[in-house]
Amino acid sequence: MKKLVVISSILFGALASNGALAQGAEAAKIERGNEVFQTWCAACHAPGPGHPGTQALEYRYQGAMPGALEERNNLAPEYVKYIVRNGLFLMPFFRHVEISDTDLDALAAYLARNNPR
Amino acid sequence: MILPKGVSLQDFEAALAEFRKAVGDEWVFSSEQDVNLYRDAYSVMWGEPDEPIPSGAVAPASVEEVQAVVRIANKYKVPLYPISTGKNLGYGGSAPNMRGTLVVDLKRMNKVIEVNDKRNYCIVEPGVSYFDLYNYIQERGLKVMMDIPDPGWGSPLGNALDHGVGYTWMNYRDHFGSHCGMEVVLPDGEVMRTGMAAVEDPKGWGDNKYGFGAYVDGLFAQANFGIVTKIGFWLMPEPEHFLACKVKVQNYEDLVPLIDTVNYLEDQGIIGHPRYGSQMDPLMLMWEPQTYKPTPELLELNSRPGGATVEEYTAYARKHGVEFWNVTCNFYGPKKTVYANWEYAKEKFSAIKGATFEEMESYPLPISEANKNKMTHQVALGIPNMSVFSIGARSDMTPDPGDGHAWFAPIVPRSGEEFMKVHKVFTQMARDMNITNAPIAVTNVPQTWQYRTYVALFPVFVSRSNKELNKQTREFFKAMVLEGAKHGWTEYRAAPAFQDLVASTYSFNNNILLRFQTHLKDAADPNGIMAPGRGGIWPKRYREDKS
Repeated sequence: MKKLVVISSILFGALASNGALAQGAEAAKIERGNEVFQTWCAACHAPGPGHPGTQALEYRYQGAMPGALEERNNLAPEYVKYIVRNGLFLMPFFRHVEISDTDLDALAAYLARNNPR
Repeated sequence: MILPKGVSLQDFEAALAEFRKAVGDEWVFSSEQDVNLYRDAYSVMWGEPDEPIPSGAVAPASVEEVQAVVRIANKYKVPLYPISTGKNLGYGGSAPNMRGTLVVDLKRMNKVIEVNDKRNYCIVEPGVSYFDLYNYIQERGLKVMMDIPDPGWGSPLGNALDHGVGYTWMNYRDHFGSHCGMEVVLPDGEVMRTGMAAVEDPKGWGDNKYGFGAYVDGLFAQANFGIVTKIGFWLMPEPEHFLACKVKVQNYEDLVPLIDTVNYLEDQGIIGHPRYGSQMDPLMLMWEPQTYKPTPELLELNSRPGGATVEEYTAYARKHGVEFWNVTCNFYGPKKTVYANWEYAKEKFSAIKGATFEEMESYPLPISEANKNKMTHQVALGIPNMSVFSIGARSDMTPDPGDGHAWFAPIVPRSGEEFMKVHKVFTQMARDMNITNAPIAVTNVPQTWQYRTYVALFPVFVSRSNKELNKQTREFFKAMVLEGAKHGWTEYRAAPAFQDLVASTYSFNNNILLRFQTHLKDAADPNGIMAPGRGGIWPKRYREDKS
């Protein structure tokens, strides 16, 4: 019995450690996504005047949801990735030398960080 | 799979394999999904058989890798098209002139080689953006100011090589004109440097443009004689103060004395970039939504092909208490001097009956973060941003936005009389051809970036889903190019779909200018691998295909 408890404790500890690692990896991914956003997206999509992406979305949503992407809580990661690689209206698509697939995953995770889980 | 014209599948695949060895597997793009990212997002040919979609892309990281790519291209006769940051939207984006050309993407070559704030120059690689250069300067507290175009994600090198323009002081606004020395990989793979960069230990690369001998730099702008891998630019030292003041005049005809006065002030160095405006210009209403606000009445006037008449706009201006024209004059220098210059400018503008004056913005430099954030035109201080993309974005002016635009941009002499002729000619064309997808009206203002000439600028909107609209856009665009040329107004820059036509309008002596460039092209690029069609210049192998 004592042996079983010891094994269980080791297993539980390992799982907890893996969970913490996963959380740490997710946090790092979101942090990288923030950097990608500030580099490639913020000039058009940050809040306030002078940001044409935000202005266009504010006009489109008429207050139903925020125009600034970082304030949204309903951006599906797959949708973000699709738009970055396919463009939308005036927004052109982005090449791999600009936003790599890894960075795109991070960007999508960053913009989805506020989504209900 | 799209192949380059005249290249077999076997040769193309062999070339791709060698490109991979030269730059690494991950920097050669040949799948349809990856290649599509090099299409022109604003193409007027979108989805049509002749759309210039590349066959692939290769992204070297050094001049040696560029040389290797060029040599491989010569071996297999693969045509190449270099891009810097690939953001020349409205003038071709990242796509080549000819379908199947392989893009050489220089974005990874992104080093700022030097910024000198004692002799006021910089040397940069193609992948450096205006944002990158600005950040480099700010992080180091260097006392120089860049001159920049509207979109901050562009490349100083790439912009200069398409004769791009900006917003500060006189000569700095002409970005090719303010370059100083370059490094180029020639069509045979050799590296050449120009001006003072051509000496063994270049101490004056960023200072002296000419060195000794023929000045050949022009062959690498809006042309296809090599891949530019480094370039120097003259920079303006950061002044102590910035002052922006607005002059308003009441009548359509006041444009003539307004322009004459601005020219007088600008050409003796009293003011920097003059920014013309009108409360009723349909383009300015899109461009500066914080400054210019549409009313339902104005939206109706501007919704007509070619807009309303001078009389109708005048009546609107009177009713709403707004001026017909305004011009924002930017002053740079010591605070005492800029205010003295504003006083002098007011004296000169006062000769126009009914002219009124307004001080808009006054900032000590370096500008504080708070002032920077409230600046109306950050470009006037070389602060990169993306606000210009409000043109065509969803708004009251554009409730159903398109998918981009092609810029129509003819050069026009700096005179009010001539600009009024521009109004007459192009508004009439818009009415005759029933054009509503371009903001054309007698309220359009001159764009003054080029310093000694105007550009009569407007976008013609395009679609990725409506081929009929794009066809109409192309027909209208071509008709405007030809009509403009009859009046002596020829384009300074154009998307690839129109470059042959534009080159043909520089037609003195049976197009000797283009014939001469073609002669040089055949000598410098016998395999015809460098950017076929760029600037209207075609190598022999594809001229034969075209005829």
